[in-house]
Amino acid sequence: MADVITYREAVAEGIAREMRRDPSVVCLGEDIGEAGGVFKTTAGLHKEFGSERVWDTPISEQAIVGAAMGAAMTGMRPVAEIMFSDFLACCWDYLANEIPKVRYMTGGQVTVPLVVRTANGGGLGFGAQHSQATENWALTVPGLKIAAPSTPADVIGMMAAAIRSDDPVVFFEHKGLLATKGPPPPPDHVVELGRAAVVREGADVTLVALASMVPVALTAAERLAADGIGVEVVDLRCLVPLDMATVLASLGRTSRLVTVEENPYQGGWGATLVSVVADEGFGLLDAPVRRVAGECVPLPFADALEEQVIPTVDKVVAAVRSLAAY
Amino acid sequence: MDTGELLALYEQMALIRRTEKAAHDLFLQGLVKGTTHLAAGHEAIAVGASAALRDDDYVFATYRGHHHALARGATPEECLAELMSRATGLCGAKGGSMHLTKAATNMLGSYAIVGAHLPMAVGAAWSAKLRGTGQLAVAFFGDGATNIGAFHEALNLAAVWKLPVLFVCENNLYMEYTPIADVTAVPRPAADRASAYGIPGEVVDGNDVVSVLETVARLARRARAGEGPALLEAETYRHFGHSRTDPATYRPAEEVERWLKHDPLDIARGRLVEAGVPEETVAEADDRARTVVQRAVEAARNAPSPDPREAFTDVWADGGAAWRT
Repeated sequence: MADVITYREAVAEGIAREMRRDPSVVCLGEDIGEAGGVFKTTAGLHKEFGSERVWDTPISEQAIVGAAMGAAMTGMRPVAEIMFSDFLACCWDYLANEIPKVRYMTGGQVTVPLVVRTANGGGLGFGAQHSQATENWALTVPGLKIAAPSTPADVIGMMAAAIRSDDPVVFFEHKGLLATKGPPPPPDHVVELGRAAVVREGADVTLVALASMVPVALTAAERLAADGIGVEVVDLRCLVPLDMATVLASLGRTSRLVTVEENPYQGGWGATLVSVVADEGFGLLDAPVRRVAGECVPLPFADALEEQVIPTVDKVVAAVRSLAAY
Repeated sequence: MDTGELLALYEQMALIRRTEKAAHDLFLQGLVKGTTHLAAGHEAIAVGASAALRDDDYVFATYRGHHHALARGATPEECLAELMSRATGLCGAKGGSMHLTKAATNMLGSYAIVGAHLPMAVGAAWSAKLRGTGQLAVAFFGDGATNIGAFHEALNLAAVWKLPVLFVCENNLYMEYTPIADVTAVPRPAADRASAYGIPGEVVDGNDVVSVLETVARLARRARAGEGPALLEAETYRHFGHSRTDPATYRPAEEVERWLKHDPLDIARGRLVEAGVPEETVAEADDRARTVVQRAVEAARNAPSPDPREAFTDVWADGGAAWRT
């Protein structure tokens, strides 16, 4: 394997590794076969595994996710692609009412071991219906696991965990990270779902970030280090299970918290995280909590407008400075 | 069909009718909470179709699904206990009337979002095809489901992938309170849509268990042979309203009368008598069904409530409900 792998290549590699070890893993989605996906995140899968395991579908999000559910209940491990995470709204019934509830409402009679993968997030100028960070939608529904990796190695490790999971997992692949590179992980690399990573240590402020906001937080931390402010960066990696233990342990060291979220401030995942901190970590805090999140407007098209809405390094730096001085 | 087999089908329909009547009475006694969507009148569809299927075929039903659970192996006691919020219920009292499920016999659920389970049945059929098991999946749904997107997405995908799945519409003429004819662009809400997907669309008397069995058997053979899905519209009528709060006063009296005379149990009984089965033999089958349901009601009444801690089990495959560390 090459010395570096892109996030985009890691998606296909992560799926391929699981398809090689488990014949019950099958893929379905729009344009995922010979075309390799509109983001080329399934490139090579059809060639290696053929039409029996990589299935092109019509533009029918309900049929894609509903069929994945039926297959998952009957012995398969389907990996369904929803092309843009905005389109999850087209099959939201399955993610809100069917998949997360069927195990519970049948008294545990069935399991739904499926993965719904989707390209998430903005910054690429796709406008209001192809740019949203929708991870918080999934967070509103008990019964879904939610993964959102920030590095190629985590894509592979978390894809392995997601596909092997007997629970349904919504897997957010960030469009803005697809071209980023990193070292390829060793064979059989598995990152357990629900384990956050402290990706930078620091003594003064904790930044909790997810997916594309992790590199934003790391860049901000680097800039703040020049000012003598030590920033600890936690890559949350999953929203469910939510690794509050790692967040609270970090706050034990820093006493200050800033969340960095691409999803909108209203209803964003940081609100849930912060409410747990307020409840269980109030005594750890020496300053108010700040949330740097998406602005509460639809995603605009022009770069000059979009960068007003999605959190930037400058906004994170300003939030941390205001807290460090508190 | 020999008379023994027909008598068994009759007895199964009688068991469903008695169970539905018991559910109705228990609701009026305040022992069933929430709502129920009774299937009295629809028995021949569940029983006839089930008799045409293999034991390991997959069945998906709607919130009006008691008859399908019973036809696919659930006992009246398990079903009534579920309705009565008992620990011994089919789903441990976590599902209720609208979600009866017996996964052990591949009755994979009753779903209360209209049309949602059609794509699931497509997925189960896809899975059967991938695993090469020869199994079939059947989705039963109401006429109202034929105007929702999932119905059309499911039919198209099943046809394109040529999957072993049958779509069986129980057309009881009313979606909830509104006649399906008032809100549908074609006369046959299900069968008339089949041509759009290049699959067979047939209509059957859903109150004649023999016709249902023969039609489903034929379509099942075809699907199992790799010739793809089919859409069957079974004409029937509810004996009760849409749900417990609905007295169904919107239905013309003469229509109700006509359909009550076309009762699935009467039709089967007529066939039995015509074939020479003594009236008393049929009456014995009725008695057995009555006894089973009476005992089921007593057992369910005496069963315990669920342990409150059960509210926090079965979210995840590990049995628990933990969402955070």
